[in-house]
Parts: sequence; structure tokens; C-alpha cells
Amino acid sequence: MAPPLLSIRDLHLTMTSFEGEAHVLNGIDLTVRRGEIWGLVGESGCGKSLTGLSISRLVPAPPAAYKRGEIAFEGRDLLRLPMREVQALRGKRIGMIFQDPTTNLNPAYRIGEQLVDVALAAAKHDPSILDCEAGAGRRTRRRAAHRLAAEMLDRVGIPNAEERLDNYPHEFSGGMRQRVLIAMALIGRPDLLIADEPTTALDVSVQAQILKLLKGTVSDHDIGVILITHNLGVVAETCTHVAVMYAGNIVERGPVAEVINRPAHPYTRALMAAIPTRASQRGSLNGLGGAVPNLVTPPPGCRFAPRCARAIAACSAQQPPALPVAGEHHAACIRLAESEELEHV
Amino acid sequence: MTEIAETPPIEMLSTGNDRWRRALFRFRQSKLSMLGAAMVAVVLFFTLFGTVLAPYPEHVAGGVATADRFLPPSAAHPFGTNELGQDVLSLVMAGTTVSVLAGFGVVLIGTVIGTLVGGIAGFVGSWTDEVLMRLTDLTLTIPGLILAMAIAAALGPGFTNMVIAISLSWWPGYARLVRGEVLAAREEVYVTAARAIGASPARILFRHILPNTVSPIIVKMSLDMGFAILTVAGLGFIGIGVRPPTPEWGTLLSLSRAYMPDYWWTAMAPGMAMFLAVFGFNLLGDGLRDILDPKARR
Amino acid sequence: MLYFILRRCVMLIPVLIGLTLVMFAIARLLPGDPVGLAAGPNATQEEIAALAREFGLDKPIWVQYANYVGGLLQGDLGTSLLTRRPVAADIAAFLPATLELVIAAMTIAVVVGIPLGLVTAVWRNRWPDYVSQVLAIGAISMPRFFLGLLLQLCFAMWLMWLPLGGRLPIIVFPPPTVTGFLTIDTLIAGDLEAFWTALRHLAMPAIAMSLSPLATIMRMMRASTIEVMNQDYVMTARALGLPRGKIILKYVARNAVSATLTVIGLYFGWLLGGTVLVETVFDWPGLGLYATKAIISQDMMPVIGVALVIGLLFVVANLIIDLAYGVINPKVRYS
Repeated sequence: MAPPLLSIRDLHLTMTSFEGEAHVLNGIDLTVRRGEIWGLVGESGCGKSLTGLSISRLVPAPPAAYKRGEIAFEGRDLLRLPMREVQALRGKRIGMIFQDPTTNLNPAYRIGEQLVDVALAAAKHDPSILDCEAGAGRRTRRRAAHRLAAEMLDRVGIPNAEERLDNYPHEFSGGMRQRVLIAMALIGRPDLLIADEPTTALDVSVQAQILKLLKGTVSDHDIGVILITHNLGVVAETCTHVAVMYAGNIVERGPVAEVINRPAHPYTRALMAAIPTRASQRGSLNGLGGAVPNLVTPPPGCRFAPRCARAIAACSAQQPPALPVAGEHHAACIRLAESEELEHV
Repeated sequence: MTEIAETPPIEMLSTGNDRWRRALFRFRQSKLSMLGAAMVAVVLFFTLFGTVLAPYPEHVAGGVATADRFLPPSAAHPFGTNELGQDVLSLVMAGTTVSVLAGFGVVLIGTVIGTLVGGIAGFVGSWTDEVLMRLTDLTLTIPGLILAMAIAAALGPGFTNMVIAISLSWWPGYARLVRGEVLAAREEVYVTAARAIGASPARILFRHILPNTVSPIIVKMSLDMGFAILTVAGLGFIGIGVRPPTPEWGTLLSLSRAYMPDYWWTAMAPGMAMFLAVFGFNLLGDGLRDILDPKARR
Repeated sequence: MLYFILRRCVMLIPVLIGLTLVMFAIARLLPGDPVGLAAGPNATQEEIAALAREFGLDKPIWVQYANYVGGLLQGDLGTSLLTRRPVAADIAAFLPATLELVIAAMTIAVVVGIPLGLVTAVWRNRWPDYVSQVLAIGAISMPRFFLGLLLQLCFAMWLMWLPLGGRLPIIVFPPPTVTGFLTIDTLIAGDLEAFWTALRHLAMPAIAMSLSPLATIMRMMRASTIEVMNQDYVMTARALGLPRGKIILKYVARNAVSATLTVIGLYFGWLLGGTVLVETVFDWPGLGLYATKAIISQDMMPVIGVALVIGLLFVVANLIIDLAYGVINPKVRYS
């Protein structure tokens, strides 16, 4: 069987800061196959963005250091690949979209030029992208890249694509800019797309359009997507799978319907309970007590234990392994069995 | 609403005391800042005791020794002697006083005028602000060195006249800085609170607003010290300012020009003294800016 | 764009009026006896009074000011008490030398400073960066006139590679004046030998003047490059596989330069007013030397004229910088 598109195994990442060494990723396990959209959810600082950046090796080291584990992209471990080869994967095999569309385009250049640059860089490793002969001259390639750029803009739903190529970023609205960025991320035909909070900075109506666009892209091109967000609604609407992160760990993962309908980990449950529903009463918002732990001196064992209503002494003894709940659905909690029972009482 | 609550990052939860500890930590970490502080300490030491410690105090007072003209550097005269047989080292040591005090005077007067103008402009606002800031911009357009030279020449030679002349072109930078800070501080909650309990405008300006503009002013003062010393020396070099026999670095350098290249040592000591003093103040100012002015931090 | 330039030009008028007012006040209200100085030590009371009458200095100050502004509107900057030559003609003769010097110095500073700033930012926190940071602070701390003296001592007196001072030796026949810049005029005249001589004369004063702006531009460029490199769009460019060289030379450099431009404009004006010291050292016949001679004899008309012209050039330089800023940064173009 061919290796999965992306397989992260036991990834440990530390960051050195003024306070000391923070253990920011503490054994991440995640497998993404083609056609899957994985939602990566959690509070700020839980390590979800760092996980995404690690796949492209964009976390500056130092201060970051990978202590253990591997990030296998089609079976090749990115952590042990020379930077030159990792760089060849960026844009071409692995695309990225970031949160704020206002700051992710260079204000000094026309968007056409920025798209063309990405296309040309990607074509260096796979000339077939530009759809012109191998030995084509600079100008021919540039013209082909320009044509491709217009085609991509059109595909992400920007009207008058050909003319808009000559516009500067500030001449676009926020939603349109995010579309440009998506076009830029897709122009090199990546197999894996990492979208870090792509809709957080946008209006709710635009948000829905962008998510629809992302979903369409997956079915059209059969790629894998990691969607990083702190919005469970976005996950429920868009993703096929979800991984819930807490303080550098994935505490629960599985198919999205499974996890949302039958959350097994106490943290996931607390998250679900914090969502106000139509049934909840005025003034009865269920927040989660306590704060995210300090990662320089994390609590021993299960990092959620200090905030967990159901914690026992054994929880702080060692880090809980991921236990199967049902099929692909896993949760890292030693009291899973008891929880299941509680559910049925 | 399905957003997960955003908790503030760990760093924001640290206390104010911690911030000062960090600032001091960063300053100590920066070897250049420490070097600058040490150099400034030496310069200030010579400012106070240079005249007293000079090996040939009679030369500082204007005495000549024509038999010892143009002696090259030796053990008795580490930087040689000049056209009057005076010990160059003694003159340069004593010259520290004039240069540093004049530089300090310029920066101080410039700060006082600039703070008053900028403080009032920012605090009162409306047409007062408009008039004062137009005047400030205007002064900025006039070439500072030429303005200072013209005023100094008209007032006649002398230490005080020179300091006044340079100060009159020095304040606009401070006026702009203070006005900006005051405008920002005026909107702060503690100022609104002071107004609410009925504090007088003057009290609000001097007790609540200006104290909060101190650290950028200190940064600018320390960065300006070196530049002021250079300007003082520049006036001396042109021949406007303090007159001999009062030893002053710029004047000493200017006199030595006539004896190049044979008696080059007469130029080295005053020139290097200027350079090192200014270098020290600039290193210190740079270090202070890095820790006191978060906006400029890289 | 045209509207923008026109509006800025109209805004110049109050600045110029203010400049003349301030300079006039300083020239006339400060103590000093310019007429006595100009008439000479042996002049009688009557001779001094006659000289004052001739220059209208016996009239009340507002009348003098009105006369001056009236002359100014016709391009008359007054007459020097000492030389009795029209100030406007003198300035026209001395300004090109100063401009040539300042432009040469700024060119050196920009051409060397901007790439250095970019390189040190990319190599930040490694030893070449530390060394150049210390050197930069050193360069800013170096008095220009002392540096000029050291250069003279080294290259003109000991090594004898370069001439000691001046613009052209008397034996070289000056080229016909077109721009007033000797380096350019000799080229226009096709006289390569004279061009080489002019360039050799320009070298040391230009280098002495350029060091401090070079260091400042380098530091500004380094700081803004570091800031730009931390921008999100640089992260996006890296994440999408653009080569590192292309990111720095194209995407980072352009944005960082636009932040550095403002400093260049300010420095240009500052240098114009600060040529005095270098011109004194190198005997460079420019506005600075002219103003110094006038100041020492308290001959105020040339001083006011020089201050006015430099103030004007300062404002124009900043206008040009603002326009250049619009070209580099499309976002501010039409605002």
C-alpha cells in the first residue's frame, strides 16, 4: 500500500524563550489522506499553527528544536530532508494559506506579478504546470505563467480575472484578497493544502463562500487539507475529520460526525458544552474554568488534568495514550471507559 | 457564536516589575551599551577633573614654553607639544570640560524649550498648537549650523553665547517629540480620571502627562549629546565660539591644521578625543533606546 | 499627481515668508555693528552713516524688510555690504559646487548604504552584522572635519594620490558652464583629462561628507529590512516556495527601501546646511565657505540669502522624496 499523503508521528517541538524551554508540541500523531479535510481545533497557543508551520519547516530554528518524531510526506521524513529539498516541496507539493489576507500579499507589487513568481518557482521543479515545452525561453514561460495566473483567479471566483491581475492588493476587498491567496497557494498544484485560520479575519457571509471554495478544491483535485481554526462551526460545516488540540497534544481525533456527536475527551466535551445552542437559557454560557498551562513547566501526566472535573491521581502519573473510542475515533484519556459508562447512565 | 475563548498569551501575564528586570537584563546583555556607559563615565570624569589632573596645568592656563615647540610624542608628552610648546594631552584633557559642558548645556536648553513648546502645543491644541508647530517646522527648515553660526557671530565670542546660539536651533526636535507624546497621553485613562476629579490643567500637564514622556526624552537627549558635542567642536573649528587660550577641541584641531603634515600629532589627540567622547554617548544612547523605547526596538 | 505637486508648491510660500522673517529678525535685532565692520577700522562717523544710508540701513526695520521682500519678488537677494556684489549672483556662482558635493556624497551613501543594510539584516546577529553595527555607530560619531583632515593627511600629504583641496587647479582651463557641476561639464565638453582631475578633487570631500549619512542609511535600511522580513507576506512567499534570493532582492528590498527614503530626504537637507565644515577643510568654493566669510564679518544679506536657498532646496528635496515614495509604494500614490 502506498504511504499516506501526510503522516506525523510522535512529534515533539520545544521553543527556547526568556522563561526557559517551552515544550510546545508534545507528541503529535496525525495522518492525512487525499480527499480528507482535517480540522485542527484548539485555543490560542495550543500548538495548532506550529503544527501547520512545521509541515512546511517554517518554524525558525533556533529558537525552535525538534526533539523527536517524524513528519512523513508521502513516506519521506521532512525533518531529515535537506532544506533545499523541503524548499522544492513548498508551493509545489505543499500549499499554505494564512489568516490575514490584508497582510499576506506584498503591497508593493501587482497581484499578477506575485502569482507569476509563485508559478515560475513551482515550474522550476515541475515544468508541466505551465503547459509549455521543456526548453521554452524566459519570455514564453512568463507568458504561460501569466495565462495560468488569470485562469487560477477565474477559478477561485474573481470576476474579470485577466484585468484584475494588474491591480495592487489594496484595490481588493478582504474576501477577494483571500481568494487571491488561495489562487496563489493552488497555482503550483499542491497535493497538501494547509490553511491556517483562512476565514477568521473575514465577514461571516464571505467566510461561507471561502469555505465552499476550499471544499470544491478538494473534490476537484483530490488533495488533502489541514484546516486550522478555533471555530467548531467551521469544522462541522467543512471538514471530514477533526483533531482537537490542547497544550501541545492532540487529545481527540476522528471523523467529524463521530467526534462532534459523541465527544469522548473531557476537554472536547467542555468545548462542546461552551457552544450556546438554541436550547440554552439566557445568561447560562458555560465557560471552561482555569487557564492554559504554562508550557515551560507543564503539569505532569495529562496536561488537562488540572482543569478536568473528572481527574484522578493516576491522570498526573503519566501522559495518557490515544485510546480507540470507535473505529478511527481516538481520545487520549485514561478514564475513557468510565466516561462511556457515565454517558449511558 | 461558536468561538473558543481566546486566552491571553503567557507573556502578557507577567508583572510590571518583571519588565524592569528584563530591561536591565537586556542592557547588561548588550556589551556595546556597557562599553558606551563606561566611556561616558570616563568622559564625565575628565569633565570634572580634567583641568586638575592635567600634567602641565600651567599650559592649560595659557602658559607657553617656546623652547619645547613641536616635540613629537614622548614619555613626557604622550601626544607631543604644539606650536607654543604646550603639552597637547593637557590641553585636550582640560578641553573635555568646555566641550561636554557646552554639549550638555545645548541639549538641556533645547529640551526645556522644546518640552515647553511641544507640551503646550499638544495640551492646549487648536490654534496655539497650529502656531507653535508652524514655528517649529519653520525652524527645522533653517539650516541649523548656519543659524547657530550667525547667532554666535552676532552675539560675539564666549562660552555662554555659543551655547545659546546652538540651543536656538536645537529645540524643534524635542517640540515635535513631546507634542506627539502629549497627544497620545492626553487620551489615556489616568488623564481623564485626573480631569474628572477636578485637577487644574497645569497640574494635569506637569504632574500627569509630562512625567510619562520622560523616557523618550531621555533617549533623545542621550542620542543628541554626541551630536551636540560635534556641533560645538564644529563652531570652534570654524573660529566662532570659545577663543584661545581656553582649550576647546574644535579650536585645537583648527589651529593644528596649519602645521600639517610635519606636526601631525597636534591634530590627533583633539580629534580622537572628540571621536571617542561622541562614540561613547552614541553607544549609550543606542542601548538606552533599545530598552526604554519599545517602539524602536527591533 | 500634478495637483499634489501644485499644492505643495503653494504651501512653500508661507514657509519662505517665515524664513525671511526669522532670518531678518536675527540679522537686525541681534547686537553687532556690521556697518562699522564693513566700513573698516579707520572710517569716520560720517563715512559709516553714508554707508548705512546707501544700503538703507538707517531706515526702520519694517521698511528694510519691506524693501527686501520687494526685491525678493524680482529675484534680488540684496547686496553684500562687504563686496558690494549682488547676493543672488554670488549664490548662483557658489551653489553648484555645494550641490555637486552634496549629491556626490548622497550618491555614495545610498549606493553603499542600502545594499549594506540589506546584507547585514539578512546576516543579522552574526559577526559581520555586529562588526558593521559598531562601525556604523563609529562612523556617525566621527567628526566630518577630523575625518577630512585624516584623509588629507593620508592621501594628499603622505601618499600624494589625491589633491589637497579646491575644485580644479588654476592651470586647468575650466569647461564651459552648463550645469555648474564640473564633473558633468567636463564630460559634456568631452575633456576626459579635466573630468578626471575634477573627480579626483571631488573624491575626498565627498567621502568625508558621505560617511555619516551612509551609516545612518545603512542602519535604517537594516532595521526596516528586519521589519519587512517579519511581515506576513514574506512568510507567504517562503511558504509558497519562492527562492530565498528572489524574496530578499525583490519582495523585501523594495518595501524596505520605501521606509528608508524619508531619512534620505531629511539627510539631504541636513547635508546642504552642513557643508560648511567640509568646505572649510578642503577649501571647496561652495555656499558654506561663502556663508562663513559673510558671518564672520557680520555681513547679513548673504547669510539670509544662503539660508533661504538652502531652506528652499530642503523643501524641494523632501517633495521629490514624497513623489518617489508614491512610485515605490502604490498604496499612497493618489492620497
